[in-house]
Amino acid sequence: MTLALNAGDVAARVRERYPDAVLEASGSSLLVRRERLVEVARLLRDTEGLDFDYPAMVTAIDWWDYFEVVHYLNSLTRNHSLYLKTRAYGRELPTVPSLVSVWRGCDFQEREVYDLMGIRFEGHPNLKRILLWDGFEGHPLRKDFIG
Amino acid sequence: MTLRTDPVTINFGPHHPSTHGVFQMRITADGEVITNLEPVMGYLHRGCEKLSEGRTYTQLVPLTDRLDYLSPMSNNVACVLAAEKLGEIPVPERAQYIRVIMAELQRLANHGAMTGFLLNDLGTFFTLFHYTMREREKILDLFEMTCGTRVTVSYMRPGGVLQDLPEEFMPRLRALLDELPQRLDEYEALITENEIVLARTKGVGVMPREMALAAGCSGPMLRGSGVKWDIRKNDPYGIYDRFQFDIPVGTNGDVYDRYWVRIQEMRQSVRILEQAYRDIPQGDVRTRLPLFFRLPTGEAYARIEAPKGELGFYLVSDGGIAPYRLHVRSPSFINLGVLRDLTVGYTVADAVITLGSVDIVLGEVDR
Repeated sequence: MTLALNAGDVAARVRERYPDAVLEASGSSLLVRRERLVEVARLLRDTEGLDFDYPAMVTAIDWWDYFEVVHYLNSLTRNHSLYLKTRAYGRELPTVPSLVSVWRGCDFQEREVYDLMGIRFEGHPNLKRILLWDGFEGHPLRKDFIG
Repeated sequence: MTLRTDPVTINFGPHHPSTHGVFQMRITADGEVITNLEPVMGYLHRGCEKLSEGRTYTQLVPLTDRLDYLSPMSNNVACVLAAEKLGEIPVPERAQYIRVIMAELQRLANHGAMTGFLLNDLGTFFTLFHYTMREREKILDLFEMTCGTRVTVSYMRPGGVLQDLPEEFMPRLRALLDELPQRLDEYEALITENEIVLARTKGVGVMPREMALAAGCSGPMLRGSGVKWDIRKNDPYGIYDRFQFDIPVGTNGDVYDRYWVRIQEMRQSVRILEQAYRDIPQGDVRTRLPLFFRLPTGEAYARIEAPKGELGFYLVSDGGIAPYRLHVRSPSFINLGVLRDLTVGYTVADAVITLGSVDIVLGEVDR
């Protein structure tokens, strides 16, 4: 059984290195400050005992006041999991850092989130629409999208 | 005399039999050798995730039939698992067994079709394909007698399955199980040590283990590269922890290994089916729920080992009768992320079989 790591324990390890990075830890979800996302992701990947080597899923939710970007991470070597979350504000061009440099599997998935939810991933090497065509206006998965 | 050559751009698809649907590969080739490849998708995008936001949890099931249309039963299972996980909905014992039977039959049908397609791509046009389709037909007959349809099955429900198996199901399943091992031997006799198949597939589209992991590849793509990871074993759902089966893994991560992993998985599926056939109890097949049942506020991610890899449904509920947000983590889509790396440096003909070995279904890639 994949063990859902306690986010509080993980947060303690993250705070040793980046005291200001964690905003909230509940259940198995770790909410981190946007500016620190890449550093935290690297730490989760490279720390002995955490070893998150597998980016299982990337998605985003529109909560009206903010967008939440969810990374569901796995370690296949240790068989545990964690939700890594971050928030983006503003409806014009909400931005979060891209994690392609950490796990290349985020590439297409971040493009999908950009395409359908309209979140910009800073540092993504090729951020363009992937499912809809280039001339499409708007981002359909947003709650205020009118089709 | 030296000839000066220019790189040529080939638009491979979207309408091409070897792209397995409406998928396009923009290939830049220097002579026969690929120097760049860009996958272009989205031609079959129907907005499944957005559509699901206006549907009750039971109404989600038909949408999932249309994701990976070569394995609708598996999609159904993943979808209802997410609702059951969030709502802590119990599933009767018999329904659990029926789900295992359906999911494993679906794996056999899918891998059979995939192997047939792969051999088509290799040029043995419809030779093996006819044989694998023959067995797939028998599996679809079983689906048809159970729920009335062959592809758009919509058979799973939150809390169980639509209805019990018909009386003639078990004898027909028995006959199929008796036949399958011999059929698999026949497939293998045709392919596994076939000199031409070996020459075309060994050392083609090689994916190292590290790449498979970091790219989030799953299913036979991941196992072909030597990672022993099967969600049925490593993160068991339903009643999979009760079954005895092995996880076949490849060594080189090439097209051949991905084929080999699948054919061995089919044998393991037969093993699981034998156990399910032996142990299935009598009883209810569905926990009765109101038509418009609500799920508590929260999130749940349920995943299964679908024939193509990790199929996950990420469900966010605000306490209403429909999901607030539903995300489908589709294995085909994420497995395509490595296609460029697996094809650059090989020939155009190799790209065709590499794509075949990824085993994509565009309904699932584009959603």
